[in-house]
Amino acid sequence: MSKAQSYAKYIPAAVALVGIILIWQLVCMTGIVPSYMLPSPVEVVKALASDIETIMFHAKFTLQETFYGLLIGIALSFIGATLMDRFGVIDRAFYPLMIITQTIPTIAIAPILVLWFGFDMAPKIILVVITTYFPIAVGLLDGYKSVDKDEIDLMRSMGAGRIAIFRHVKFPAALPHFFSGLKIASSYAVVGAVVSEWLGGFNGLGVYMTRMRKAYAFDNMFAVIILIIVISLLLLLLVNIISKAAMPWKKAERGNYE
Amino acid sequence: MTILRTENITKSYNDKTVIEDINIHLKEGELVSLLGVSGSGKTTLFNIISGLIMPDGGSVQLSDRDITGKPGSVAYMLQKDMLLPHKKIIDNVSLPLLLKGMPRKDARAHADKFFEEFGLEGTQYKYPNQLSGGMKQRAALLRTYMASDGVVLLDEPFSALDTLTKSAMHKWYLQVMEHISLSTLFITHDIDEAILLSDRIYIMSGAPGKIVDEIVIEEKRPRRDDFNLTPEFLEYKKRIISKL
Repeated sequence: MSKAQSYAKYIPAAVALVGIILIWQLVCMTGIVPSYMLPSPVEVVKALASDIETIMFHAKFTLQETFYGLLIGIALSFIGATLMDRFGVIDRAFYPLMIITQTIPTIAIAPILVLWFGFDMAPKIILVVITTYFPIAVGLLDGYKSVDKDEIDLMRSMGAGRIAIFRHVKFPAALPHFFSGLKIASSYAVVGAVVSEWLGGFNGLGVYMTRMRKAYAFDNMFAVIILIIVISLLLLLLVNIISKAAMPWKKAERGNYE
Repeated sequence: MTILRTENITKSYNDKTVIEDINIHLKEGELVSLLGVSGSGKTTLFNIISGLIMPDGGSVQLSDRDITGKPGSVAYMLQKDMLLPHKKIIDNVSLPLLLKGMPRKDARAHADKFFEEFGLEGTQYKYPNQLSGGMKQRAALLRTYMASDGVVLLDEPFSALDTLTKSAMHKWYLQVMEHISLSTLFITHDIDEAILLSDRIYIMSGAPGKIVDEIVIEEKRPRRDDFNLTPEFLEYKKRIISKL
């Protein structure tokens, strides 16, 4: 595929997005919807620009919570999934519990976490860990299980022990599944952090949004929503870049014989 | 000199005997085929010889060592090429050396010396999915050779290839065997392949699987190109078919 062709496939999405923004702007300009209920895109951008310092101050907290939550989530799910894969008993004991943690509504547990851990970052990070642990751990578990039994037999026939089999076969085989899980987890993480800030705290985009809501400053709220979208997309992009760097064999061309 | 020997190997699964009383041997430099219909327990026998599973009775001797149930002693190539998709060919091939404790750099350098002999020159730093089926099979064979101390077990290594690639691989394998010292035990269900490649053929049949005949192919190596069109060849084929 040439470069022009690879850009060409994004054209429909770009046209659709620009179209929707244009319609939104027109609806607001004609006054069908009053601007205190739905600010126009131009007003949203203006609000973002005028309050950028405060928004960035709060964004810094949200980003930190997201980042630490993700890191801890990755570490815990790696340890957990690896132990579950290694010891069947642990798998049988904790797999149901892991699913139960996913059915707990975040909105319900966030205020409790605030009561337990205070108004600072701790409860937010914990919530991010709870929401990100599951997709990553499930990805890793599927990845470990995806390994062909013959491949393990072959390694054993070459005298490989458990650790060598893990390092050379199981872990690399799990990487693609791990990264699919991480993509889902990273968008959950931002949302998780913002939601927990909504429900109690001093700093962060969620806190900022609750303040703006009380002031009926819908344009500022929309500005933050757009910022959150941008942050999530950048995070996804980062995960994509890391996954490509970690799995160079994926981009090696197929069919390039002899 | 006999390099590998099995003595009275028997194995059952759930009270069903899969193989019974298998006594075979492999001499140094020999290529010996195990020929039999599917379900006659050939792969089970290989799993036992390679040490992956324990037999219920009998033993496996490599030179004078008892290797029953001890993996890592003879090199085993399974039906699929089983190259690790995330490793470059050079790292796939040198993996057995790495597992024996050789540092990565030395393992790569040692494996690299055989790329030309195996017709793999230039593929060192490619990934398996960039190679054709025949080339992957060569790489898997080289890895098997790296894992071996001279004895390799090959489980239908060419069965997944198309006919033309397969006959090219036969010629190639016999050539390689001329240059490196290798003793091969070979599973196949292809009668022509067995006669073309082997010094001796064990015919395995029935449930439970037993060795029902042993055929020595007298034709000297390197074999004539039209060996498979000669009356001798057909004579061997007739004899084998009557036993299967």
